[in-house]
Amino acid sequence: MADLAVSDLVVGYGPVRALRGVSMRVPSGSIVAVLGANGAGKSTLLRAISGTLRFHRGSCQGVVTLGDQRLTGLDAASVVGRGVVQVPEGRRVFARMTVEENLRAGGLGRSRRDYAKAHDQVAALFPVLKERARQRAGLLSGGEQQMLAIGRALMAGPTTLLLDEPTLGLAPLMAARITETIKEINSLGTSVLLVEQNVAMALSLASHAYVLEVGEVVLEGTAAELRESDEVRRRYLGIGDAVEGALETRTLSRWS
Amino acid sequence: MTTFVELLVNGISIGAVYALIALGFVIIFKATEVVNFAHASLLLAGGYLVARLWPVVGFWAALLIGVAAAALVAAAIEFLVIRRANVASHSVLAIVTIGVDIVITTELTRQIGTDVLAMGDPWGSEVVRFGGVTLAETRIVALVTAAALITAFLLAFKYTGWGVAMRAAAEDAETAALMGVRLGRVSMSAWAVAGGLAAVAALFLCVFPTPGLDRSTSLVALKAFPAAILGGLDSTTGALVGGLIIGVTESMMSGYQNDMAFLGRGIGDVAPFLVMLVILLIRPAGLFGTKELARV
Repeated sequence: MADLAVSDLVVGYGPVRALRGVSMRVPSGSIVAVLGANGAGKSTLLRAISGTLRFHRGSCQGVVTLGDQRLTGLDAASVVGRGVVQVPEGRRVFARMTVEENLRAGGLGRSRRDYAKAHDQVAALFPVLKERARQRAGLLSGGEQQMLAIGRALMAGPTTLLLDEPTLGLAPLMAARITETIKEINSLGTSVLLVEQNVAMALSLASHAYVLEVGEVVLEGTAAELRESDEVRRRYLGIGDAVEGALETRTLSRWS
Repeated sequence: MTTFVELLVNGISIGAVYALIALGFVIIFKATEVVNFAHASLLLAGGYLVARLWPVVGFWAALLIGVAAAALVAAAIEFLVIRRANVASHSVLAIVTIGVDIVITTELTRQIGTDVLAMGDPWGSEVVRFGGVTLAETRIVALVTAAALITAFLLAFKYTGWGVAMRAAAEDAETAALMGVRLGRVSMSAWAVAGGLAAVAALFLCVFPTPGLDRSTSLVALKAFPAAILGGLDSTTGALVGGLIIGVTESMMSGYQNDMAFLGRGIGDVAPFLVMLVILLIRPAGLFGTKELARV
C-alpha cells in the first residue's frame, strides 16, 4: 500500500489550461474528496492520474506518484496494473455486454484465484449484480449501472479507487446506498479519491478535502475544517448569509 | 431441381468463403474503427505464399506459413501504419489503407506476372455425387473449413478474455483502457486474425473450379466488401449473413444467366453489388448494423 501523490500538475487541452499547478495527496487507506463546480478541472485531474488524457488530446506536466513509483507517462492499462483504477463519470458501462461480461472486462489479466476472490467480493457488495448477471448492462437502472461501474473497477483489485461523481443523477435513496458502499470499500483497505459536486455527501465521507476552482486548489483541509469554513458553507453547502453570497458570485470559465 | 441444389450448395460454399473475408473486415472495423481497404492485398499475399511454397515444403506446411505470414503482414500494417498515424479522423486512415493496398498489390502483381499459380491442394478436381447432385470436393471442404473457423471465432469472441477485451474496446475504447484493457494488443490481434482468415479464404478462392491464383484474385476478393457492408459493418453476424447472401446470389445468377439473357452476360459478377445497393436503400445501416439499446 502506498500514498497517491500529485505534484504541480499542469494540464492543457491545446491552448486551454485545465489545471494550473495542482498538488494533492491521498494517504494510504484514506478517503480524500475533491470538490468544485463544473469545469473546475476535477475530471481532468482524474484523467491525468489514469493516463487517459490522450483520448481528449490533452497534455500534462508535473508528476503523479504512487509510493515511489511514477505513474506519469504510463498508459492507462499500466496505471490499472499498478492498482489505481478509475470509475469514470457517467458510469460508462459497456451497454451491449451483459453484467457478467462487464465484470469480466474489469478483471482481465488477473489470476483465476484473484478473479474469483474479487468476484465474490463484488457479489457481496452488490447482490443485485448477481441476480442480473445475464442481462445487458444497458438495461439496468442508473443506480444499478453505477453499482456495476464500481463493481467492474473493483474486479481489477485496486489499492486506490478514483471515483468521478458517483452519485450524479441518482435518486437520493440510491445515492445514499452508493455512499454507504464507498465507506464499506474503504473499510476493506482501499484508498479512495472521490470527486464530487455533492459537497455535503463528500465531506461526510472524506477525512480530507481539496476545493478546486478554475484549475487551482483554492482551499484544502480536513473535512471538519472545510465543513466549518465560511467559504465552503456559503458557496457549496448553501448555508450562511445569502446576500453576501450573491454579491460574491463570479463567472467560472469553462472548457469542453 | 438438381441444378438448383448444386447451385445452392456451391453458393453457400463460396458465400462461407466470402464470410471469412468479411468477418476479418468487420473485426478490424470493430477493434480500430478503420475500414480496411488493404484487405484484398492481405488475401493475395497469403495466397501467393501458399502457391509459391507448396512445391518446396508441401501443401500443409505452405498453408500454415501462408496464414501466419498474412497475419504477420496485417499486424505489421497495424503496428507500423495505423498505430503511428496521428490523425484526427478514421476516414483518413481508411484512405491510408488504400495506399497500403496499392503498394502490396502492385508488388505481388509484379511477382505473379501473367502466371496462373496452382495451389497444390490435395482435393484437386475430384467430385462427389449425392444422388443426381454433383459437387466439387473443394467446395465441400471450403464450406466445412469456413464453418469451423467461423464457429471457433464466434465462440472465442463470446467466451474468451480476448473476446471480452475486443468487445469492450469496440464499444468504448477509453473506458476499456481505464479497466486495464491494452488497446494496442487488442487492435493488433484483430488485424492478425483478420489477415489469417483472409489467407484461408485465398486458398479456397483459388482452388478448383477456379484455375488458380493470378493477379486478378484480389478483384474476386472485392466481392466480400458488399458482404460486410450489407450485413452491417460492425456486426459479425452481419458478415456471415452478408457473405451467404452474396455467395448464393452470385451462384444463382451465374447458373441461370441463360434464362435471364435479357440482363446480359456476366450478371453474376454484378449481382453482389446490386444486392448491396438494394439492401442499403432499405436499411442504411445494413441488415445487422448497430441499433442502440440503452436505458438511463
